[in-house]
Amino acid sequence: MTDLAPPAAAPGAGPAAGPVTGSSGSAVDSLVGPRVDETSLRRFLRGLPGVDEVGANARAASFGTRSIKTASKAWALDTVVTMIDLTTLEGADTPGKVRTLAAKAAHPDPASDCPPVAAVCVYGDLVADVASALDSVGALWRAAPGPGERPGVKIAAVATAFPSGRASSRVRLADTVDAVAAGAHEIDMVIDRGAFLSGKWLQVFEDVLAVRAACVRPDGTRATLKVILETGELVTYDNVRRASWLAMLAGADTIKTSTGKVSPAATMPVTLVMLEAIRDFHLASGQVVGMKPAGGIRTAKDAIRYLVMVQETLGPDWLHPDRFRFGASSLLNDVLMQRQKNVTGAYSGADYVSVD
Amino acid sequence: MTDLTRLGDLADSPFRYSPAPESASIARIADSYGLYVDGAFSAAADGRTLDTLNPATEERLSTVAHGGQADVDRAVAAARRAHTKVWGPMAPAERGKYLFRIARLVAERARELAVVETLDNGKPIRETRDVDIPLVAHHFFYHAGWADKLRWAGLGADPQPHGVVGQVVPWNFPLLMLAWKIAPALATGNTVVLKPAETTPLSALLFAEICADADLPPGVVNIVTGAGDTGAAVVGHPDVDKVAFTGSTAVGRAIARSIAGTRKKATLELGGKAANIVYDDAPLDETIEGIVSGIFFNQGHVCCAGSRLLVQEAVAEEVVDRLKRRLSSLRVGDPMDKNTDMGAINSAAQLGRITELTQVGEDEGAERWSLPCDLPEKGYWFAPTVFTGVQTSHRVAREEIFGPVLSVLTFRTPEEAVAKANNTPYGLSAGVWTDKGSKILWTADRLKAGVVWANTFNKFDPTSPFGGFKESGYGREGGKHGLAAYVR
Repeated sequence: MTDLAPPAAAPGAGPAAGPVTGSSGSAVDSLVGPRVDETSLRRFLRGLPGVDEVGANARAASFGTRSIKTASKAWALDTVVTMIDLTTLEGADTPGKVRTLAAKAAHPDPASDCPPVAAVCVYGDLVADVASALDSVGALWRAAPGPGERPGVKIAAVATAFPSGRASSRVRLADTVDAVAAGAHEIDMVIDRGAFLSGKWLQVFEDVLAVRAACVRPDGTRATLKVILETGELVTYDNVRRASWLAMLAGADTIKTSTGKVSPAATMPVTLVMLEAIRDFHLASGQVVGMKPAGGIRTAKDAIRYLVMVQETLGPDWLHPDRFRFGASSLLNDVLMQRQKNVTGAYSGADYVSVD
Repeated sequence: MTDLTRLGDLADSPFRYSPAPESASIARIADSYGLYVDGAFSAAADGRTLDTLNPATEERLSTVAHGGQADVDRAVAAARRAHTKVWGPMAPAERGKYLFRIARLVAERARELAVVETLDNGKPIRETRDVDIPLVAHHFFYHAGWADKLRWAGLGADPQPHGVVGQVVPWNFPLLMLAWKIAPALATGNTVVLKPAETTPLSALLFAEICADADLPPGVVNIVTGAGDTGAAVVGHPDVDKVAFTGSTAVGRAIARSIAGTRKKATLELGGKAANIVYDDAPLDETIEGIVSGIFFNQGHVCCAGSRLLVQEAVAEEVVDRLKRRLSSLRVGDPMDKNTDMGAINSAAQLGRITELTQVGEDEGAERWSLPCDLPEKGYWFAPTVFTGVQTSHRVAREEIFGPVLSVLTFRTPEEAVAKANNTPYGLSAGVWTDKGSKILWTADRLKAGVVWANTFNKFDPTSPFGGFKESGYGREGGKHGLAAYVR
């Protein structure tokens, strides 16, 4: 049982990376009740409307029929770049590999005016390498950039025994604390899917609360928390909706579909169900939660479809890197090729964008 | 607190969808068309013509012949001859080959047909491209398969065609309704005289070209364009063996009267005022989509449209809020733009009727909400409209508006939902929304409607019979049941 409600992000603001604002927990209070326990959480989550799978799939497919051309396409491509968490999560990752990635993140297409991506996403032990690489080119994220300067690229670290999450709470929290201490601006945690699937929803709730607390730095600021649901293991849309609400109630700044290590990863319908949960949570509490589909989005065309879906589900306010991200690696090069095509009128090829 | 009906305003979005117009030049529309009788185009005997307009611009698209009694006589004679000499005696498998050929030609010319249909009707290209034309091809493919298997359709040992069939189709799905009529008629060995609607004759004339391209023997399909008098001549012709009509209940009644006492068989697919029932345990997000496609698909020009929304009182406010929020992303405008969700009203007359009935709704005390959207100055347009606080006695709850106007009523219990749903002279379709399978079955069993959709709406399939109860008509179209109407 938890009496301590999670701190709430300031309404209207993007997911907070700055100081922890308030701790009213008003969303939890008004939605679940003053006492969050097994019973009250279960009652709330089981009271959410169901998702009709056929209908959700059809609605998600309908966004793909929007025809995005000319000026709107150019705007969309640049916006996609600024929303990418450029990711490498391999056992074979080395300081050299992440330096290459950091350079690309800062200047994806140096021959053009291409904006930098949102963040570089790595395992916690490589955070320091990414930080020095970004810093060396003056592209490391700063809370208060100088006039006319871009805010820079953030560092996101996966933590909590990513990707399976199968470790003791102590280990998961230590993993988080280490990454934050190394300089991560954002923590991508995984929920314990085993706990969720066995109905231990309070355990998942408390786990997210604890990780959120572990994101607080000694100076009182806090790293942004993204909560990975691993929807490929939750399988049903009803589960996805409940897990989304569970994470948001516990104080997730952003909810994220997948680790990228389980198939299927992000899909349009799963993302739609999560966006609808974010919308309903926002309308009920006034709080803003971000969304990050990750894994499986490889083409600019797919990414633009996601933007259409975000716009028509949550409105244009969510078309911002503070509120929407793509977890991707190969997506960036396809977007760059499409950008080049927009300028030259001809498709280039894989040799005209850098490997990373 | 946040405005529950709107999130950020899409009009202020930096992500605006640039116009993505389909090219009108794909359609080769001739300046004038004759009647397609006995395998050739010819002018009307008395030389009369009528213009067909693009309802989105009010510009003339083409001029077509206005067939009269003499033309109908000639068409019926050609159909009789073709039935006696060629089509009737032909081996069923051979008839099937012609239908397969027509189906393939429709599929090959799908883009052109979609453009013509959109220009002539006003419905968005997204719908003609993704719904109307693919379904047309699907209907011909499906019925082509039946042509040589009728003995196994459960219609008796050796089902025989009626002979000459007179068919009159409406303007809301011009080519799709033609397909619903012609495909089963030809598959069962009948020949056809078909009159398309006065305001939407063009796709039927393109279909006539397809019949010619398919080498269909002359007289098997005859297209006689014209107005109400032309349709009456087709239906009333003494040598027509069977009548098939889709359209308003008033005209359907007149047809039933005119053929009473004759040997003619008839199927009538008439109006509707479908109830779309939303229980409080419905999957709400998908329900909203179903409500939208139920009433705003094809500008609400759908006989089976879910025009009466019956919502359980406990969730009524939430459903209406969610619906209005969803409608704020609906795009109304140029039907040829691939991003348009709702196009133009088909004619000035129909716009007048919609305007009149919505005024009645306001006068009766229902609360009107119309989507704030910019409508083009030229053409016939009506913003998506929702009436709340509608009572069962209101005319907007009883009469078919045939436009993008939804009436929202509430109910307390399943029994009340069914009672209100059935409280209409019509009975064409209905929808049920709930996560509970047993409740779907309980409700569907009690609804007096030809089609009941569960957790979906406005889904069509050639394998599934479609037709009405009560004043929504009789006979079924599609599936094995649809074949039954064309054999004896």
